Amino acid sequence: MTDHSSSGQSAFQPLLRVLSLPGAVRLGPGPVLAALMLVLIVLAALLAPLYVPYDPLSMDALARLKPPSEAHLLGTDQYGRDIFSRVMTGGRVSLLIGVGAAVVSVAIGLAIGLVAGFFRTADGIIMRIMDSLMAIPAILLAIALVALNGPSLHSVILAITIPEVPRVVRLVRSVVLSAREEPYVEAAIALGSSMPKILIQHLMPNTLAPLIVQGTYICASAILIEAILSFLGAGVSTEIPTWGNIMAEGRTFFQIKPGLIFWPGVMLSLCILSINLLGDTARDLLDPRLKKREA
Amino acid sequence: MFSYILRRVLATVPVMVIVAIFVFLLLRLTPGDPAAILAGDAATPAQLERIRDNLGLNDPLHVQFFTWTGQMLQGDLGTSLISNTSVAGMIGDRLGPTINIAVMTIVISVLLAVPMGVIAAWRHRTWVDFAVMSFSVLGFSVPVFVIGYVLIQIFAIELRWVPVQGYASPTKGLGDFFVRAILPSLTLATIYVALIARMTRASMLEVLGEDYIRTARAKGVRENTVLFRHALRNAAVPILTIIGTGFALLISGVVVTESVFNIPGIGRLTVDAILARDYPVIQAMILLTAGIYVLVNLLVDISYSFFDPRIRY
Repeated sequence: MTDHSSSGQSAFQPLLRVLSLPGAVRLGPGPVLAALMLVLIVLAALLAPLYVPYDPLSMDALARLKPPSEAHLLGTDQYGRDIFSRVMTGGRVSLLIGVGAAVVSVAIGLAIGLVAGFFRTADGIIMRIMDSLMAIPAILLAIALVALNGPSLHSVILAITIPEVPRVVRLVRSVVLSAREEPYVEAAIALGSSMPKILIQHLMPNTLAPLIVQGTYICASAILIEAILSFLGAGVSTEIPTWGNIMAEGRTFFQIKPGLIFWPGVMLSLCILSINLLGDTARDLLDPRLKKREA
Repeated sequence: MFSYILRRVLATVPVMVIVAIFVFLLLRLTPGDPAAILAGDAATPAQLERIRDNLGLNDPLHVQFFTWTGQMLQGDLGTSLISNTSVAGMIGDRLGPTINIAVMTIVISVLLAVPMGVIAAWRHRTWVDFAVMSFSVLGFSVPVFVIGYVLIQIFAIELRWVPVQGYASPTKGLGDFFVRAILPSLTLATIYVALIARMTRASMLEVLGEDYIRTARAKGVRENTVLFRHALRNAAVPILTIIGTGFALLISGVVVTESVFNIPGIGRLTVDAILARDYPVIQAMILLTAGIYVLVNLLVDISYSFFDPRIRY
């Protein structure tokens, strides 16, 4: 990353190579399976309204807590709602929150991190604030924020985002701190480039590769935190089926109907697992130093 | 050494001050009037005004902040809006179960995770390594409460080895405490083990490639001694660091686990307080957990030189 300012592009070469078939074969079965699994989960969630047999919200007093049958693939819950339809539809909101929180926290963290890394005067104050935010356990902070701002989708995404921002800021700052000593940045300063231009055109490309990795992990952790929030009764409104909400409502009937926690739990775990595995793969590919150390 | 510790202790002051400001503003600037919650729906405007006055909510923000900080520093954590008892007393009553479960979790985690990581690094790229890494990825991906319910299903409902939920104090019989605490501790330990095992493995892999390890093996030191005396001790600093930063995960996990297993600890207290908008309890709990986190990481930092004599301040 020493030659020129467009080094951001070359950093993606390994990632792009995998997209070809021979690249994928060399990668081994793990990441390929993870990618396949994730694609399946995302498609299943997005297309859920087209194929689920029941309205996930429609109650049926005559079919409460039914065991799995031909009419209800995974049985029904305490209100007679079809569990299969609910679990499949539930993925939509969970995934939306995951992606939303990842995008928002990366965007905010990137902006703050660039400033902290480049301006020595702002650095001290910003980093102390970030250290303090990191000292508050993420779950506590998130439930407090949701409880105070109401259980809307926006406030849940915001509540998950705030505890993640400091981690992104730290990462971006560390990348900027080392990149700003590079000759091309010094040259840009000497040539009198404007500050925004240096930040965006010369420094930001360096952060993209690590941010993709970090964003993937945030997405996985956001889906997990959403489930925990819903489970504790501080998530999105219970009228919206999410994996966490289905499990939260299933708690009371767990002993007679373990499927209410088991099935959304399996979907949730598989989803997070595949995102984490893809994150690990991206990290290994984008960080050649790490690869060398492992080998 | 002493001056390092002093500097390190002083560095925690700004962090805690900012946490305090943040917690204070968090509750003051969000919509929702604590006086209205306290008074209930039937309150008259005059009653609301009196409650606001009593709570000091009519003072300017900075006056409220300094009054509040002053009380906190004197150990007065305020009075619960819901139960009307002292917050310090409420936390004191609930602290025991949480500490007992947390200590058990840390002991289980370290005893399991460090050997797992050491063996995975020692047998790098074998099925043992693969198994440890798979467990680690899985531990990060399965939500705490799902693990809790799966363990309940297997060990409490199917096998009937332990009770489903509840808590018994160790002072009233260790056996009773143990059968009730073992599932919550294992549940909490999963993610902690995943984290520590992964870091132990990575750190050991790096150290095992060093020259002094080859030298030790060449002069015929027993493999056990090489692994645990020569390698592990040099690999200890990153492992300690992750145990410290992972403490936040443990605190978050406690909140969830106590709800799953119906344990009357501070995690449950916090969730109940947040859902009921019991402001003084929420403030105290966020400050307390942040304080514990900062303290644990302070101790971890200071302990580095104990484990790695090369580190001198």
